[in-house]
Amino acid sequence: MIAAGLSNLGVLAQIAEFTPLDTPEVQWAALLPLLILAGGGVVLLTVSSLVKAMAAPGVNAAATVLVGLASIIACVPVWQRVQDPERGPFTAVGGVIGIDGFSILATGLIAASVILAALLLDDYLRREDIDGVEMYALLLLSASGGVIMASANDLIVMFLGLEALSIAIYVMAAMHRRRIESQEAGFKYFIVGAFSSAFFLYGIAMVYGATGSTNLVEIATFLANNLLLRNGVLMLGMALLLVGFGFKVSAVPFQGWTPDVYQGAPTPVTAFMASAVKVAAFAGLIRVFYLALGTYSLDWKPAIYALAVLSMIIGATFAVVQTDVKRMMAYSSISHAGFVLVAVQAGTEKGVTAAIFYLTSYVFMVAGSFGVISLVGRRGDAAHSLDDYRGLSRSRPGLALAFTVFLLAQAGVPLTSGFVAKFNVIAAAVDARSFWLALIAMLASVIAAVLYLKIIVAMYLTGDDAEADDSVAGPKVSIPLPAAAAIGIAIVATLAIGVLPGYLFEVAGDAVPVLIALP
Amino acid sequence: MLDLVWLIPALPLAGFLTLLVLGRRLGEPMAGWLATAAMGGSFLATVAVFLGLLDRPGDDRFFNQVLFEWVPAGNLSVDAGFLVDPLSITMALFITGVATLIHLYSVGYMHGDPNFSKFFLYLNLFAASMLVLVLGDNMLMTFLGWEGVGTCSYLLVSFWFTSEANASAGKKAFVTNRIGDWGFMVAMFLTFATIGSLSYADLISSSMSGEIAAVTATGIALLLLVGAAGKSAQLPLFVWLPDAMAGPTPVSALIHAATMVTAGVYLFVRVNPVVAAAYDWVPDVIAWVGVLTALVAATIAVAQNDIKKVLAYSTISQLGFMFFAIGSGAYVAAIFHVITHAFFKALLFLGSGSVIHGMHDEQDMRRMGGLRRFMPITGATFIVGWLAIAGVPPFSGFWSKDEILLYAWADSKAIWALGSIAALLTAFYMSRQVFMVFFGEPRWNEALPVAAAAPGGNPDAEVEPESEDVAPAEVDEHPEHHVEDPHESPWTMTLPLVVLAGAAIVAGGLNLPFTPDLHFLGHWLEPSLFGNEAHVDATTGTKVFVAGFSVVLALAGVALAALVYLQRRFDSAVIEQRAFAEGWWIDSTFARVVAGPGRQLFDLAAWFDRTIIDGAVNGVASGVRVGGTALRTLQTGYVRTYALAVGLGAVVVGAWFLTRASF
Repeated sequence: MIAAGLSNLGVLAQIAEFTPLDTPEVQWAALLPLLILAGGGVVLLTVSSLVKAMAAPGVNAAATVLVGLASIIACVPVWQRVQDPERGPFTAVGGVIGIDGFSILATGLIAASVILAALLLDDYLRREDIDGVEMYALLLLSASGGVIMASANDLIVMFLGLEALSIAIYVMAAMHRRRIESQEAGFKYFIVGAFSSAFFLYGIAMVYGATGSTNLVEIATFLANNLLLRNGVLMLGMALLLVGFGFKVSAVPFQGWTPDVYQGAPTPVTAFMASAVKVAAFAGLIRVFYLALGTYSLDWKPAIYALAVLSMIIGATFAVVQTDVKRMMAYSSISHAGFVLVAVQAGTEKGVTAAIFYLTSYVFMVAGSFGVISLVGRRGDAAHSLDDYRGLSRSRPGLALAFTVFLLAQAGVPLTSGFVAKFNVIAAAVDARSFWLALIAMLASVIAAVLYLKIIVAMYLTGDDAEADDSVAGPKVSIPLPAAAAIGIAIVATLAIGVLPGYLFEVAGDAVPVLIALP
Repeated sequence: MLDLVWLIPALPLAGFLTLLVLGRRLGEPMAGWLATAAMGGSFLATVAVFLGLLDRPGDDRFFNQVLFEWVPAGNLSVDAGFLVDPLSITMALFITGVATLIHLYSVGYMHGDPNFSKFFLYLNLFAASMLVLVLGDNMLMTFLGWEGVGTCSYLLVSFWFTSEANASAGKKAFVTNRIGDWGFMVAMFLTFATIGSLSYADLISSSMSGEIAAVTATGIALLLLVGAAGKSAQLPLFVWLPDAMAGPTPVSALIHAATMVTAGVYLFVRVNPVVAAAYDWVPDVIAWVGVLTALVAATIAVAQNDIKKVLAYSTISQLGFMFFAIGSGAYVAAIFHVITHAFFKALLFLGSGSVIHGMHDEQDMRRMGGLRRFMPITGATFIVGWLAIAGVPPFSGFWSKDEILLYAWADSKAIWALGSIAALLTAFYMSRQVFMVFFGEPRWNEALPVAAAAPGGNPDAEVEPESEDVAPAEVDEHPEHHVEDPHESPWTMTLPLVVLAGAAIVAGGLNLPFTPDLHFLGHWLEPSLFGNEAHVDATTGTKVFVAGFSVVLALAGVALAALVYLQRRFDSAVIEQRAFAEGWWIDSTFARVVAGPGRQLFDLAAWFDRTIIDGAVNGVASGVRVGGTALRTLQTGYVRTYALAVGLGAVVVGAWFLTRASF
């Protein structure tokens, strides 16, 4: 504390002498992926309100996709620089942003979610008469918040990212003006979200109080070098941070909002929530707990263990009893969050690799799933009951097949990405000697399989011997090209990762986060 | 030539992919021929690999081919690789051989089906998965095939016919198989946790070196038993197999009789050192599961009237024989029986398919009779299959079953006695089937006796009498309804029957008991068994007695059936007990448990979801609605409930951390 006080005095002294402030080194090139997303959002908003031609159908979506692509491309040189053994990971903006394999991969995943969501949104917005560019701009801004959260090397910056991510999502969830459920979803998400942000912020304050810093590196160094005789404040801080993260990743018991919000929000937005938000939140969780608070892993592991068990079992069981496919997927996403927590709980490099692998696979299978759901929902975004899927295999065999692949992947069937992802997670848990957790994870995946089966059966049940003839025909779903492209990308990724997981595994291994101090 | 092993699963996989892309365009019959050619090619590749293996000296018959590193997970590395040894190549030989014949048969059987190409698509995918299962060099590859065959079986049963009944049959298969898969998965991770590897080579060497403690080996073996019981339809997980017969007959023959269901047997022979390293009561558990399955399923088969249901229960019963062979340490006999069973059971199923085809989709044996005059080839080949499964020498089934009973005799007299009763019943129910279908007077113009119809099918017994009441009335109105006589099937269907009948006659020659030199299969499999095969020190007198007793049992079964069903000396109702027809009510008990306590668990979750999670205290909800507050609930829940949950969760999490704190 005295040292901090002295440096504060020093700063005051500098201002008194009117010497120019030391601006931190920003590393603009490394921030390019983030800047493209954020700048893209702002520019898109500005240009669209000035240029009439932007109102033509598809232009905004195409622009958003291009921004997302540009951001991914901008990631490549940064990745190469980080993986270069001579240069390695580094920090930007005075040590508050960490540029390592982890943050770059998370950035890429979030940008990919943006692309998929934009492709799904294009037709959706026209179908639902929601005009304007706001949705796309918010999408990009929210994504930039997610990137900040995933790359933050400082708790305050992470909180900024979290809020930038969330506030945009609150609005997006409520964007469907004529659907009262959408308004409700946004409102609910906002209130509970604000509530949990308070926990998170209070947690930061306590950790700061206990360690004297909000910088992850300094926290880790402090905890490694000092044995806290009275660590109550730190413990409470960790608890509150975990609550904040638990809310964002929708782990039980902080999951209550998830089914309502997933169900009410416009389906492409749900796709984005389920993919990008989860990636950002888990990235933050891993950074804070695995890196900064690693020395206290014996204390946080049991808590995460409990959250993982509850999330997997409750998510899977409640999903089975739903009749609304969007709600089913919401509960299933809770169960998936439990699986990632199993990997985090291992607290090892292997566990983190498994978590990264799982998240990468999950982004594509969940975005693809919600892509199909968005199409089957049709005009009004309301046809989401299990009955609405009856006979889809007849009217739209391709779409039904695609959904089947996503569902099988979520169930963890071999040769899909989901299998390898689950396998890695369980292997990491076994490796960390968490045998019971591994057993429960396997049990949960068996229960969850029933849920996915229910949907698959509904799609392929054309009801030949039913009396009602219209049930045979199946729903009349139109498949616009951009949405088909999004689903196609997701399919290719899901199968490619499933058949040849080695490449992604290497990437995930290179993307294990590291602590980077200021040079 | 051993390098060609990758071709064995790759060819049917290529067939699958081609059909996936071009299936519809190829149409009938090209799609069928393509699939058959892929399968035939795979068989030739297997023969080539077999010859290559044969070239090597006996103790060097192991070949490992690694395609690529599949799951590189830190210190665990799992390869996509194949293990060629006498065991795997034996399995591959008969799988590809039988599969080729069944593909050929299907070209005729599926003629005119609107989903012709889709059928062959699944069939090829199945064959590829099955071959991965037996050729994989680690548990994960086996698991990949294991899941693959399960998925194909599920697809072929429930997607083929889109009706509700089939979907529910598929669901049953799915759930019971998932229980089995869970056992396999846990066994896999237990292995990984113990030896840090999943490859069979490591598993076998650490079991033999004693690196795996007996308690761990016991755990692995018992978990694998759960897995094997699910896939190989053993007690109590067999309920799915009879329902799976709803699929097309070639599927029943290939998947649910000849190949997939023997996966559990294969698995145990593969990991025999683990069983040897386990506590010595583990083999007894396996043997008892097997022999009880054999006996129970045989009694059920006695009272079935559906031509395919008899064969389905017969399959379960024969799988029970293989399991108690494993439990008695008779690994060679188990594989021997797997092979002979694959031939004669595929033959019987294809024969029954030919009958169903010729009878214009009639499956009830009470409406058949005298068919051997109308379908001479089908009849003759079916009779071969019957004699083989009944255990009449010199047909193949006699040799393999006799060997199993001999080992059981040496292991435990109780198991031998129960197994012998099962063998007697086998001869009886198969004779009953043959006499009802191929002998006696033609009955397809007769109406079913309504009273006799009641104990017919098992799970849907309540529904059936109703429909049976309608059937006779229809017959009265349209006398010509069934008058058209049965006809023999086309060559694509009869050729496989003839080939399989030939195999069912001579396959016994693979392992003749007379002199040690004639134990071809025994010598061939020796390197894969690591000396864990039990040694029977029986005198020749004992051997002759056991074999003679088997023959007596088989002939007694046939004679008894002839008395009841040919000469009608006794009323068949005495034998066809209601308990048998209903399958000992095992199925309905399952249904009741799943629908009762199991359902209640889920209902509880649903109630919890509605009441607590959704916070729908109805009075308050309507009160709020009247008040029109902005916070009212439209879909489900109250925000304050969620906030409360978050708050309570935070308190609990905080409390946990505070217990860890020092102040």
